[in-house]
Amino acid sequence: MLDPQLDADGNLVHLLSTEGLSREQLTRLLDTCASFLGVSDREVKKVPLLRGKSVFNLFFENSTRTRTTFEIAAKRLSADVINLNMSTSSTAKGETLLDTVDNLCAMHADMFVVRHESSGAPHLIVDHLRRTGRSDIHVINAGDGRHGHPTQGLLDMYTIRHYKGGFEGLKVALIGDILHSRVARSDIHALKTLGAESIRVVGPQTLIPTDIESLGVEVHRDLDSGLKDCDVVIALRLQRERMSGALLPSATEFHDRYGLTHERLKAAKPDAIVMHPGPMNRGVEIDSAVADSPRAVILPQVTFGIAMRMAVMSVLAGGGA
Amino acid sequence: MMTNNNTQHIEIRSGRVIDPASQFDEAVSVFVADGKIAGIGQMPAGFKADQVIDATGLVVAPGLVDLSARIASNIDAELEAAVAGGVTTLACPPDVDPILDEPELAERLVRYAEDVSQVRVLPVGAMTQGLSGAMLAEISLLRDAGCIAVSQGRGLPSDTRVLWRALQYAASCDVPVWIQPAEYHLSKDGIAHDSALASRLGLAAIPVAAETLAMQKVLALAKATGARVHFTQISSAEGVALLREARDAGLPITGDMAAHALHLYEQDIGYFDPLTRFDPPLRGYGDREALRLGLAEGTLGAAVSAHTPLGVDVKRVPFAEAAPGATGIELLLPLTLAWGEALSLPLRRSLLPVTSQAAAILGIKAGEIAVGQCADLCLFDPQASWTVQESDLRSAGKLTPFLGRTLQGRVVATLAGGQTVYQRP
Repeated sequence: MLDPQLDADGNLVHLLSTEGLSREQLTRLLDTCASFLGVSDREVKKVPLLRGKSVFNLFFENSTRTRTTFEIAAKRLSADVINLNMSTSSTAKGETLLDTVDNLCAMHADMFVVRHESSGAPHLIVDHLRRTGRSDIHVINAGDGRHGHPTQGLLDMYTIRHYKGGFEGLKVALIGDILHSRVARSDIHALKTLGAESIRVVGPQTLIPTDIESLGVEVHRDLDSGLKDCDVVIALRLQRERMSGALLPSATEFHDRYGLTHERLKAAKPDAIVMHPGPMNRGVEIDSAVADSPRAVILPQVTFGIAMRMAVMSVLAGGGA
Repeated sequence: MMTNNNTQHIEIRSGRVIDPASQFDEAVSVFVADGKIAGIGQMPAGFKADQVIDATGLVVAPGLVDLSARIASNIDAELEAAVAGGVTTLACPPDVDPILDEPELAERLVRYAEDVSQVRVLPVGAMTQGLSGAMLAEISLLRDAGCIAVSQGRGLPSDTRVLWRALQYAASCDVPVWIQPAEYHLSKDGIAHDSALASRLGLAAIPVAAETLAMQKVLALAKATGARVHFTQISSAEGVALLREARDAGLPITGDMAAHALHLYEQDIGYFDPLTRFDPPLRGYGDREALRLGLAEGTLGAAVSAHTPLGVDVKRVPFAEAAPGATGIELLLPLTLAWGEALSLPLRRSLLPVTSQAAAILGIKAGEIAVGQCADLCLFDPQASWTVQESDLRSAGKLTPFLGRTLQGRVVATLAGGQTVYQRP
């Protein structure tokens, strides 16, 4: 089966997952991101790569932050951006996802940025565009269910490369709710392809997906062993509703076992960086003292996120650096 | 078109007649008179054919028996689909619209089917009212209305006490209970087999334990109550093993599986193909192998179509939101034949799970070719290969993961009650 995000020649035409991207493709995206970082520092923060193109932000799940970063990225590329908050719009009136897509196609969309609560929803859109002969419209997955959040994965890779210089020999730990985390899956695939030496996932069995080892990760139940000698520590957001699903007893117990504190971080390398995809639950998965410390690179992640999304859009549209 | 004349005398000439029940397999003629089989290989005295069907190159098999086909909506189209698939006897599960929880509804379904078709439709009544799992349905009256069993549809009631009572009550009315084994809470939010694949794709998982725990629970209660239980659509290697164990222990327990699960397994989900969303979910490769072997050894008595005609509005949606199921009754024969082919079984054995063995689970006389039996026959070309296309399917449901796949074995004509009810155009 062909990877639906690639065309027949293996070129990236949609971004659905970090899985299936070659090291060259990932590196090209990271390099392109670097070239766009300067744009945001200019007085006129715009390049004309997507001038005349229409980017539709289709957010079926609320997310002000991710949507905003895509919006800024598209605008800096001179695209026209249309934000559609689908959770309060036509789907609430019973229109199906693909009806919505057909309607927006009729409005001459060039690119869809899709966030959806169902894993695989962007794949469905890509499949539909292919069936209806509109494969020239690009689709970017901005988060689908538990499956993937590839632009977050890429910006995490950029952050790691920025601070660590590369991936060779790196030990990376992802902490907490791996089960529900699309960020974790996107990070794992990218880290694997980019050649990280050791990828650990750390959490209780209730939050670790079945046979996750098959993705090439080590599973640690214990935070200290998971953090041992790590170069990069990625804390994941813990949703409050996990308590009611009998996955965890309480936020307090989670913090006691897996919360990142300066004390616990002593197990990692002294120069280990701490990342978080946001929004943070301070005092649950991460202590404020850690989040606000110099080793935390959480705000630079946000800045890189805009350049990374510019890079993805420009590469998909064929105008990449 | 149907001919409403069952006094017709038909000679089916020179076909390869296979009767799985007796393992008969010979090229002979079959003689049909007054809706029944009047002779096999030997023309009955005084027989004068009104019609001769040349079956050269075709297999003449019993009309197929399908233990699970949701035909209740668009019933005319679905019954046409049934005969186009060679099916002449079918059981319809209760989880259709409207739910078959009232005797009148079951009766109406049976009567309507009798009016428009020669296909024998056997409803499976709801075990609880509205399938809510709270109050018992009128199990005895449902039986009187034509239901051959009662069932909770997919899964068990969440309340085990209700299950216990239902088994006791059904046993006391001598009504069999059909169970699609799935623990309520372990399966209700899941959409995929609990495995590396579901973890990678980020799909909520249904562990195999959902099936095995349900089976163990039902087996314990069946022993205690004496209920006759049939497990439908077993999906896992562990489920097959449990069934084997129960049968070896002499319990009156039978089981079936979905024909699609003879071929598909979780990898067929690919990139979230909503057509591969099933309940129970497609499980692992090892499960598929165990199901194939379980069917061959007879632990699983039948392969069922699990025919669920669904529209694009509920299937062309993200995987997790897609309604489970697929159209299947027209694929039952070729999928079963492909299984037999894969295991190098002779045709007379490949056909067992869709003919006499399935009829034995129902406890009725069907799925056999024998003198004096109702002339339900399926004539098919075992060599014909065809690519499944929406336009070929008569069912109102056009969606199946087998679209575009090439299958071998195609029904050419179907006789039910001695009448030609389908002829391939």
